[in-house]
Amino acid sequence: MSTPIPVTVIGGYLGSGKTTMVNHLLRNANGLRLAVLVNEFGELPIDEGLIEAQDDDIISIAGGCVCCSFGSDLTGALMDMAVLHPRPDHLLIESSGVAIPSAIVGSLSLLDGFRTDGIVILADAETIQASANHKYMSDTVLRQIADANIVVLNKTDLVNEERLGATFEWLANQNPDVRIVKAYYGKVMPDVVLDSFLGKASGVGPSHHTADIDVMTLDIEGRVDVENLARALADSENGLIRAKGFVTSLCGQKMLIQVVGSRWETSNASDSMKDGIVCLGFKGEVLQGLKMLVNSMTVETVPQG
Amino acid sequence: MSETIIYSAQKIITMNPSRPNATHVAVQGGRILAVGDLTELETWGPYRLDESFADKILMPGLVEGHAHTMEGTLWRNVYCGFFDRADPDGKTWDGVKTIQAIQDRLIEAEAKLTDPDAPLSGWSLDPIYMDNKRVTRADLDKVSSTRPIGILHASGHILNVNTKALELGGLLKPGINHEGIPLGTDGLPTGELFGPDTMTPVGVHVGFNRSMTDSDEQGLRDFAKLCVRTGVTTITDLAARLEPDGVESMLKVTNEETYPARVVPLQIFMGATAKETVDKVIGLKARATDRLRLGRIKAVADGSIQGFSARVRWPGYHNGAPNGLWYTAPEQLAELYRLALAADVQVHTHTNGDEATEMVLDTLGPALKDVPSPDHRFTLQHCQLADAAQFRRMDKLGMCVNLFANHHFYWGDEHYRLTVGPERATRMNACRTALDTGVPLAIHSDAPVTPLGPLFTAWSAVNRLTASGRTQGEHEKIEVSEALRAITIGAAYTLHMDDEIGSIEVGKKADFAVLEDDPTEIGGANLKDVRVWGTVQGGRIFAAADL
Ligand SMILES: [Zn+2]
Repeated sequence: MSTPIPVTVIGGYLGSGKTTMVNHLLRNANGLRLAVLVNEFGELPIDEGLIEAQDDDIISIAGGCVCCSFGSDLTGALMDMAVLHPRPDHLLIESSGVAIPSAIVGSLSLLDGFRTDGIVILADAETIQASANHKYMSDTVLRQIADANIVVLNKTDLVNEERLGATFEWLANQNPDVRIVKAYYGKVMPDVVLDSFLGKASGVGPSHHTADIDVMTLDIEGRVDVENLARALADSENGLIRAKGFVTSLCGQKMLIQVVGSRWETSNASDSMKDGIVCLGFKGEVLQGLKMLVNSMTVETVPQG
Repeated sequence: MSETIIYSAQKIITMNPSRPNATHVAVQGGRILAVGDLTELETWGPYRLDESFADKILMPGLVEGHAHTMEGTLWRNVYCGFFDRADPDGKTWDGVKTIQAIQDRLIEAEAKLTDPDAPLSGWSLDPIYMDNKRVTRADLDKVSSTRPIGILHASGHILNVNTKALELGGLLKPGINHEGIPLGTDGLPTGELFGPDTMTPVGVHVGFNRSMTDSDEQGLRDFAKLCVRTGVTTITDLAARLEPDGVESMLKVTNEETYPARVVPLQIFMGATAKETVDKVIGLKARATDRLRLGRIKAVADGSIQGFSARVRWPGYHNGAPNGLWYTAPEQLAELYRLALAADVQVHTHTNGDEATEMVLDTLGPALKDVPSPDHRFTLQHCQLADAAQFRRMDKLGMCVNLFANHHFYWGDEHYRLTVGPERATRMNACRTALDTGVPLAIHSDAPVTPLGPLFTAWSAVNRLTASGRTQGEHEKIEVSEALRAITIGAAYTLHMDDEIGSIEVGKKADFAVLEDDPTEIGGANLKDVRVWGTVQGGRIFAAADL
């Protein structure tokens, strides 16, 4: 069986900038075949120049990307995606403004051929707290934040430093495990949203980078307790947004580690993969400390035979 | 000029307050030329007297304001409901009361299938009436272990399948962690699947495919047969996707010379923007025919009460379940309402919980200030938990309501005991309050969720009995005459069609329910037992016995 398609669920209340961010990702797909499932096409301002073909339910975009609308039938659209040729490298689900993202992840878990690559929630820096107090939408908005692995705090240009800081704090209080990345116009480093970018030169101009995010590779020599390492990488103390890479377990099995915020998973991998973990994290925080952490968890390779 | 036919009847209940009863009705070219006694009608000149209804009671053709054409399609599956129910061909299927009886019925149907891989599909299951004993995959494996089997519940939101079906759908595996999939002691799914996301992967293997809400041509014809058998001449398809192919086949079928019903499909607001939806419906409206009334929208605010997905206000669900789900955000509804009001497109909005109703009232109010629309008749559908204050607001905003009277019978006990508790269960579907407040009222079956049959629906609203036989909400009962209004001119009003249908008076469509018994004489307790001979629709006669 081929490796499952990674799926990122992109949620957030109306007006938080989900569509703008999805467009940004499509423009910067850089050779990755992205498939996007949207609730509706209406608001999707895909650059005209990018559209190659369009019919009722599917838009083909230059570079092998596709965009499909699913209306009320997400599961059905996913079943279509699973047999799509050529196969997408990564799937984005842009959920409706009132959807509960964990429910989407639950449904996704039932289908073979997909792997959840985390929940990214957009929050409008100017209005998120008001939305969280909305007469009708309060619990929906709070559940979305609680479900998030990563929050993209968007439209930061619309509020002053002080207000931004307060909103950041408030978000962190709502979900202590979440990683919060600031952005405006939905311009976020694609690596933050998509695991598939991680470790590849994403080729996105520096203007798109959030200045405070760093990528580094941890070289690993020797065997590690894989689950403990993955758990440590996902610990919010370590300030990582994402991590992905290969390690050798204590019993010599090559393993893949994937971390999104506090969500982590490990799976068996092919022996030919080279050990090392690509980490995406906040600059200056604790990336350097990770080296020590990894060293402390690594045991010397015992010579075979 | 076409011939004038005068029908005599034992009694004509006109629903026209200026002339409530008559003995004769003159029909010309599918319309009512005159109503009265023969001497009055003769003044219109030459006529042919047709005495075939001389011993019948004529009422205006009944109007079902909330149903789904899917009922026609579902009858091709094995009926597994608890209550007796008549199919489009007039055969009444006994309700199945035990799991053993369900198995027996499925085994009988299974024996008739020739293709060993063909799925076996059933519908209308409801374990609530069987002491909530759940059907398991092992139960269905006894019918067949090699052929996929699926039974859809009455609510439409739960599917029971056998082991083979789970296997084909990729769900026969350990480690599933999903609230919609209960697991057995062996760690594998029990075979009960809750909600569309869990039903879809397996549903496609048991004959319930993704477009099952779109009725096909045979389904539309079967649906119309049910209309004739229940006295219905105009019926809604409340929430259609109206894909181009679907519209073509609806136009084709309803245009057939012998198609006996007027179908009013409402475009569902889901998966497209408000603007796209309104634009599409304006386009559809231009294609409307007499028997296919395109051009209305249905929005959905929340889920269902028994599924705990309805949005309820404080103090929430009686059993402590968390509040339900929004299906449409207020901002989206606000945009839809503004655009639709401006374009004179009517919107019906599904609300079940009282918080959802409140949200719609809060949203429509400001939209009406922006786009003043004195006669919009936007309608709340189901609206089951609304309280008196909300009915007063509906009145002020010019809204109509279509209450789910049948639901009270089928699930009233469940609401009393579990979902919302005694007080709110007692006020559910508050027909009396609606009328006393002046809110135009219709009542509905939501077929296929409950059986189509406006006279049964009227009985439900008059008696407010639950399935266990309790009267629930004595003070929300309505009179027989009021209930009969609700299933004729009342429902017509909510569709903005009361100028054409809903009463027997000059100028209107010659649409009649032809009855063997007089619903105004039989007594409220027996209203559901009124026998239906058939209908007259647009002047064409349809005898149920000849379908
Ligand atoms: Zn319905």
